[in-house]
Amino acid sequence: MEFTSTVTEKKQVVPKKKYSPVREFWVNFKHQKTAFFASMFILLLIIIAIIGPSIAPYDPYKPDYDATLQGPSSEHILGTDEYGRDIFSRILVGTRITLSVSTSSVLLGAIVGTVLGIMSGYFGGWLDRIIMRSSDVMFAFPDLLLAIAIVAVLGPGLNNVIIAVSVFSVPSFARLVRGSTLEAKENTFVEAAKSMGAPHKRIMFKHIFPETVSSLIVFVTMRIGTAIIAASSLSFLGLGASPETPDWGAMLSMGRDYLGTASHVVMMPGIAIFLTVLAFNLVGDGLRDVLDPKTKNE
Amino acid sequence: MSEKLLQVEQLQTEFTKDKQKIRILHGVNFHINKGEVIGLVGESGCGKSLTSLSIMGLFKGTSGEITGGHIRFNGQDITSLNVNEMRKMRGKQIAMIFQEPMTSLNPVMKIGEQLMEPIRIHLNLNKKQAKEHAISMLKKVGIARPDEVINEYPHQLSGGMRQRVMIAMAMSCNPNLLIADEPTTALDVTIQAQILELMKQLQQQEDMSILLITHDLGIVAEMCDRVVVMYAGRVVEEANVFDLFEEPKHPYTRGLIGSVPKIGDKRDKLDSIKGNVPDPSDMPIGCKFAPRCTQVMPICLEAEPTSIMLENDRLCSCWLYDHERGEMHV
Amino acid sequence: MSNKLLKVTGIRKSFEIPSGILGKKKILKAVNDVSFEIMEGQTFSLVGESGCGKSTTGRLVSRLLTPSEGEIWIDGEEISQKKESQLKKMRQKVQMIFQDPYASLNPRMKVRDIIAEPLLIHTKLSKLEQQRLVSEILKVVGLNESHADRYAHEFSGGQRQRIGIARALIMKPRLIIADEPVSALDVSIQSQILNLLKDLQSEYNITYLFISHDLSVVEHISDYIGVMYLGTIVESGPKDAIFSNPQHPYTKALLSSVPIPDPKLRKERIILKGDLPSPMNPPAGCPFHTRCPVSMEMCKTIVPKVTQVALDNHFVSCHLMSS
Repeated sequence: MEFTSTVTEKKQVVPKKKYSPVREFWVNFKHQKTAFFASMFILLLIIIAIIGPSIAPYDPYKPDYDATLQGPSSEHILGTDEYGRDIFSRILVGTRITLSVSTSSVLLGAIVGTVLGIMSGYFGGWLDRIIMRSSDVMFAFPDLLLAIAIVAVLGPGLNNVIIAVSVFSVPSFARLVRGSTLEAKENTFVEAAKSMGAPHKRIMFKHIFPETVSSLIVFVTMRIGTAIIAASSLSFLGLGASPETPDWGAMLSMGRDYLGTASHVVMMPGIAIFLTVLAFNLVGDGLRDVLDPKTKNE
Repeated sequence: MSEKLLQVEQLQTEFTKDKQKIRILHGVNFHINKGEVIGLVGESGCGKSLTSLSIMGLFKGTSGEITGGHIRFNGQDITSLNVNEMRKMRGKQIAMIFQEPMTSLNPVMKIGEQLMEPIRIHLNLNKKQAKEHAISMLKKVGIARPDEVINEYPHQLSGGMRQRVMIAMAMSCNPNLLIADEPTTALDVTIQAQILELMKQLQQQEDMSILLITHDLGIVAEMCDRVVVMYAGRVVEEANVFDLFEEPKHPYTRGLIGSVPKIGDKRDKLDSIKGNVPDPSDMPIGCKFAPRCTQVMPICLEAEPTSIMLENDRLCSCWLYDHERGEMHV
Repeated sequence: MSNKLLKVTGIRKSFEIPSGILGKKKILKAVNDVSFEIMEGQTFSLVGESGCGKSTTGRLVSRLLTPSEGEIWIDGEEISQKKESQLKKMRQKVQMIFQDPYASLNPRMKVRDIIAEPLLIHTKLSKLEQQRLVSEILKVVGLNESHADRYAHEFSGGQRQRIGIARALIMKPRLIIADEPVSALDVSIQSQILNLLKDLQSEYNITYLFISHDLSVVEHISDYIGVMYLGTIVESGPKDAIFSNPQHPYTKALLSSVPIPDPKLRKERIILKGDLPSPMNPPAGCPFHTRCPVSMEMCKTIVPKVTQVALDNHFVSCHLMSS
């Protein structure tokens, strides 16, 4: 008789070591080997973003017409571009731009999306319908197309890229948070707070919001990858950073003319984008395994 | 006298958590005679459910493991059986029903299919015969329209009906031993009364043994012949049901019986046992109940009492009844 | 004598349940014309099986839900249709204790903050003052100061329920609505909590609306009892009358279904046939007639009226009594 599948709901009190939530998270996260390495890579990127300009071997802006389109060598380890600028230095300096554009756009989108999502899930009714239907409308556009449209209206430039990318993040965050809110609302402690007469704001942000945080963290991490690609794509299309800025997407865009003759000009920023996006996605996956209550119960 | 169907001897079971072994069962001893209903009582965390899982060999997917002792079924040591032999045993000779009938049934399989599965595996019947057998089992457990119910899904049935289906499933291969782990805890009282009545009736008809695991002393008093009381992974008392309620020997049993409100009892205050069940990773030395016991003696804090045979074949693990060592220390 | 603290008359609550994509909405009558009253300092228990509407009644009285009809008077104030903003005073007087001590305490808050939450909402006390009250109340419920800085998940079920009680108590409420407060606890812990609730009542003159499915617990704690079946109170009266002289066939069956922890008292039970009917599709006439062992022809069509049985406040809704 197939009872084997049914004993998962056993209630043995295998004693729980009482770690603080942070400590417990850290212990579990360390077991996620890939994600752990990926997060070390991101940490490295963050350090580069901070100190990059001072460790760059060359000035990333200064052309050197004697050394254009050189392949990787001991002098220029990643080679030079069509103006003879050192690609390695440009990537180092560009890290800050890439990380700050992507994180700030995602955080902006997350904040707005979270507020909308919590209100939508908590109050329900017509407010819910308005917020969800508008996000449905936004979902109907391909992400990038929406971003292009926004930048087209606002004009090119990194700040507008941030706004565009954050706008298209809002509906995904709103929907995610609304889902966790609906779930969190069912907790008895939320009902308890209501029975005490706690005001809506307190219930939403003191009792419900913390319940959504873990899925938010996962999603923010994943979205940063998407945002890097989106921002790079906009720069590639000439809608983001101006060509002389060492933005990875702009570097890709500049190099595409030399794809046949000096492919490293495209390859190097391409690899940088690829590795960074991959790292964020891996960390996101790892975080989900550790934080998501649904996968947490072994 | 009566034949022993199941003997649990010095059973030890451990779990691994964070690479640490934690022993939950510490030498559990009891036996079940043929045709007898045994109650296994205790509070959550006392190891009563784990005892039943150990008997069934159901640790799949968990780190649980029997690390000592024997379980004999009809004289045969089933702790040494391999996975296949154990699977043949399960369902056919030992069957089990669980607390929550909804999670124990597969939600996307029709009742009939789930019911026929063990029948076909264990009784070698063809599809048609199995179906007939399934319908007759449903009739036996008092389901009104069995030929329709076999084509329904679990969610279409009420809680009480689902538990009836579970019982039909467990009984379908005529097991010698039925392990019922809190079979009525999830049910309403009037439905609970129906299910208990059904179990009693089937037990008498089939002369089957039942190991009834419950925290509800009312159900124990109602259903059982003999009672095994567990605390912190050990058997602390074992007695005939009448003796146990008449004169509980172990202070824990006494506290347990005293803390249950009873209809018609005019006590203004219930007895209660102070404190909480100790954590398995942080057990007191000596008697595990000592920190909560009202009659604690110096020796209780030093050494664990062993099981002592008292009048009427009852057993109790308490220093109070060890006249040599217990009183010396008083 | 003491005054009526709570008076509920004829409250009803129905929920709309959507069925299928195109199906018509079904109406679930969770509470159907329920009336009762509680004297200050006494305990009134609502007892019944799952789906009988006892918890919904508790939520209506605490105004977590708004009744579709009927009146709720708490301490001389009618609150059944008031808006949340007008309920501030009532929210201080009425507190709740919930069934699941695991789910009813926010796992991310320290015990100290959980207990102080009502103070934060309703008073302008300083942090220091709040903490002084928290320490006081911890002692009252049998916990100590050292517990205050831990998180709720570090405690056992019984201790958590004490935390829940402390939170309910800190506003010095007049009425506590306790929804199955002990049914998630082990027996030895259950009795600790029941004793605590009784002590608190005599000490602070608190009124309880106690909701439970467990008749033995209800008998232990109550002064008055209302037995609910499918959204209505079928019998109500003083504890002794209900337990020693039950009149409604459902009350009799319910009482007889409870296993008694004494093997010498094994008895023939009244076993009700069948399951509880779905509240979505309740039977016409007397709601109990489908399972009633003494059902008559008229029970199928006519809803029985509430009749007073002999003395005191013992009421029954059954045709056997009215005829």
